[in-house]
Amino acid sequence: MSEFMERFCRLREEKKYGELIAAIPYAQLMGVEFSEDEQGDLVFWLPFYERNVGNTVLPALHGGLIGGFLENAALIHLMWNRESQEAPKIVDFSLDYLRSGKAKPLFARCEITKQGKRVAHVLIEAWQEDRAKPIAVARAHFLLSSPAA
Amino acid sequence: MNLNLPPANPAVYETLRGVFVGLPHCVTLGFEYVGSEGRLPTLKVDWREDLVGNPSTGVIHGGVITSLVDTTSAISVTACLPEFETIATLDLRIDYLKAATPGKTIFCRAECYRLASQVAFTRAVCFHDSPDDPIAHGVATFMRESSPLPMIQQGGQ
Repeated sequence: MSEFMERFCRLREEKKYGELIAAIPYAQLMGVEFSEDEQGDLVFWLPFYERNVGNTVLPALHGGLIGGFLENAALIHLMWNRESQEAPKIVDFSLDYLRSGKAKPLFARCEITKQGKRVAHVLIEAWQEDRAKPIAVARAHFLLSSPAA
Repeated sequence: MNLNLPPANPAVYETLRGVFVGLPHCVTLGFEYVGSEGRLPTLKVDWREDLVGNPSTGVIHGGVITSLVDTTSAISVTACLPEFETIATLDLRIDYLKAATPGKTIFCRAECYRLASQVAFTRAVCFHDSPDDPIAHGVATFMRESSPLPMIQQGGQ
């Protein structure tokens, strides 16, 4: 197991959400936060930061930033919910933008649609003020093991 | 559409590519405009420790590639626009063909292969040394005239 996976498992055990984000440099740069809700499901959020803006006139969050936030949420969600010796590898990522991301906090939840031996499929939904009005939906495939494993 | 031609409106292209690369999130990530061949722009992002997604390998986070593809693709649309207008990404798909090499600069080249009246269609490739040896491939669509508010202040500085 890599040092990163060992650290991930320990921080998951201790539910140290902030330290876990700090272990993933780009998640830390975006400013991602997350925790478990009452049901034990993960919810991710991103407070509004000027550095994440992609349209200064509206203003709106950068579409790529929204993508990175969702992709990162899917990865953590998957790692949080399975026992593994190695980090999953993203294969493809598809994202539909439904509304512009306002200068407000952004939230996301994920669902593992299918987890096979080699591949997992994860759905991700992002919203701001109203969960019934998603601003983006995405899905990702992850490879779960390397051929040698 | 002949993509070997110069940008449809050089003033629109030069202004909007500057706007897109100068957006706060692109500055945060350190995106730089490299140049263009015909209507195909190339951008780059240097490897940086704070852009890493997996600290045990040092590989750049996929989200950085997503932003790079989104931005370069948007700029490829501006190379085809006859006049200033605001565009917004409608959807985006990235195929991660292989892991990026830690420490190496990532380049992205994009092309707008169809500019319809309301939607622009793009494809993009990310690579280290040559587009023939890609690390990621992206396709995207953009809504045209997505906002009545121009992305630049009037006068187009």
